[in-house]
Amino acid sequence: MEAKGYAHKYGDNVDTDVIIPARYLNTPDAKELALHCMEDIDKDFTGKVKAGDIMVGGLNFGCGSSREHAPLAIKTSGISCVIAKTFARIFYRNAINIGLPILECEAASDAINDGDEVSIDFDTGVITNITRGETYNAEPFPEFIQNIISEGGLMASIGKGDK
Amino acid sequence: MGMTMTQKILAAHAGLPSVKAGQLINASLDIVLGNDITTPVAINEFEKAGFDSVFDRRRINIVLDHFAPNKDIKAAEQSKQCREFAHKYDIENFYDVGEMGVEHALLPEKGIVTAGDCIIGADSHTCTYGAVGAFSTGVGSTDMAAGMATGKCWFKVPSAIKIVLNGKLGKWVSGKDVILDIIGKIGVDGALYQSMEFCGEGVSSLNIDDRLTICNMAIEAGAKNGIFPVDDITREYLDARTQREYMVYEADEDAEYTQTIEINLSELEPTVSYPHLPENTHPVSEASDIKIDQVVIGSCTNGRISDMETAYEILKGKKVKKGVRVIIIPATMAIYKECITRGYMEAFIDAGCVVSTPTCGPCLGGYMGILASGEKCISTTNRNFVGRMGHTSSEVYLASPAVAAASALTGYISNPKEV
Repeated sequence: MEAKGYAHKYGDNVDTDVIIPARYLNTPDAKELALHCMEDIDKDFTGKVKAGDIMVGGLNFGCGSSREHAPLAIKTSGISCVIAKTFARIFYRNAINIGLPILECEAASDAINDGDEVSIDFDTGVITNITRGETYNAEPFPEFIQNIISEGGLMASIGKGDK
Repeated sequence: MGMTMTQKILAAHAGLPSVKAGQLINASLDIVLGNDITTPVAINEFEKAGFDSVFDRRRINIVLDHFAPNKDIKAAEQSKQCREFAHKYDIENFYDVGEMGVEHALLPEKGIVTAGDCIIGADSHTCTYGAVGAFSTGVGSTDMAAGMATGKCWFKVPSAIKIVLNGKLGKWVSGKDVILDIIGKIGVDGALYQSMEFCGEGVSSLNIDDRLTICNMAIEAGAKNGIFPVDDITREYLDARTQREYMVYEADEDAEYTQTIEINLSELEPTVSYPHLPENTHPVSEASDIKIDQVVIGSCTNGRISDMETAYEILKGKKVKKGVRVIIIPATMAIYKECITRGYMEAFIDAGCVVSTPTCGPCLGGYMGILASGEKCISTTNRNFVGRMGHTSSEVYLASPAVAAASALTGYISNPKEV
């Protein structure tokens, strides 16, 4: 599995309130949520994001509220992968559970600039910065988590009737 | 190698003699929780996956608290979806308007959560229940859906930070100041993926409300959970409430911690977190030139009866500063009623405050106190991110009920000792 697109870069501690402000949490509709994704730190995001693009953050990406609406909004906006140095733990779980690919990679987080063209090989964890001609290696997921991802998310992996 | 208190609870719920940090386990759940924002997403996942029964209708809790009483038509539709699901599956602990309270104040008050439990909630502040000796952590809606269906959840066993509390809090210093101080020291990701395990002789000087406030904000340091040992204060609290037998776990003496932090409670001052991160802490004395437009006293962090009592002691017989909007929100109906019985309500209203029925409303910028551009609010809530309570240029300062009430009187962030 591969992803390729242009980078949208943010800093440390991108919180779920700026990913999707609570004033829009009166709906579970992912398409509606995506219309307001990143609105409070980057009001141009929804206008410029293209399907396949990559989001890049620093430390503690997705901190704050447990709202699954945050990774849902990012995924539905067209983002194919989020790269960060570290993820807040509930965001990490939520992204895996809903099938939004995320990668932890300090080197990529530091080196990728806003607007760089980036490709990701999820099988190897190699992130390629096409614009700058560099590659970075992401931490692979534990096998247990890879299984959840490969089965299509948590609900698919627990299976109907598996109680 | 010994286990931490959290690791012991997780091992017991995974049916294992021992676990170690980093291990991936599948644990049985005692309680699964959701609210009116997170439950609709969970219901959709539950139904999409084809489940038609819940693991235990007595162990699932749905509390309509975030946008309830409903703020608009869409919020009303979400509550309706929760209500219909709760009715369909005969969910025992479904709390609608009239019975509901802010979830993390309500569940301990009702004795629904107890020592030794393994709890998940689709709300990040589910870590609150560590105050009564439970392992309790926030998850997302899909985890809630899986938990409702199977009664199980996967966890990576956390390592732990040991936080040793010594001494005794001074007048007008509270659990809120303890946790803000810790977050200021270690940062908003200082406990990422880890437990915060509290211990030390200072624990016995903290009442349950202080402990609930401290554990409530463990997530603001990135922690998976916060947890207090079970002592006589815990037992007295639980024995008056819980319907279930509870299990008391203690950390082993040779348990491993990634670091130890010592806090002398006697030295703590009232603390304020400046925008836009809870780690931006300052002693209240440095904040005295910050003029405020609004005060909020309430939330899952500080909406309990002892918080109301503190606000009352400062506000009784006085008037809030003209031009400052003061919103007080007792977190549950029982607390609301107790405020009436004790005469707090009359004192708050006479002082010029408004008192709302329980809701999370303003804490997350939902309703009931949204800020306009450039406005400043001192709030007893838990987050001060950009746009958290309204316009992206508004500012939220986090503090204790004592500091918030004192600030209400002066219109500037104020030390309760000085009003």
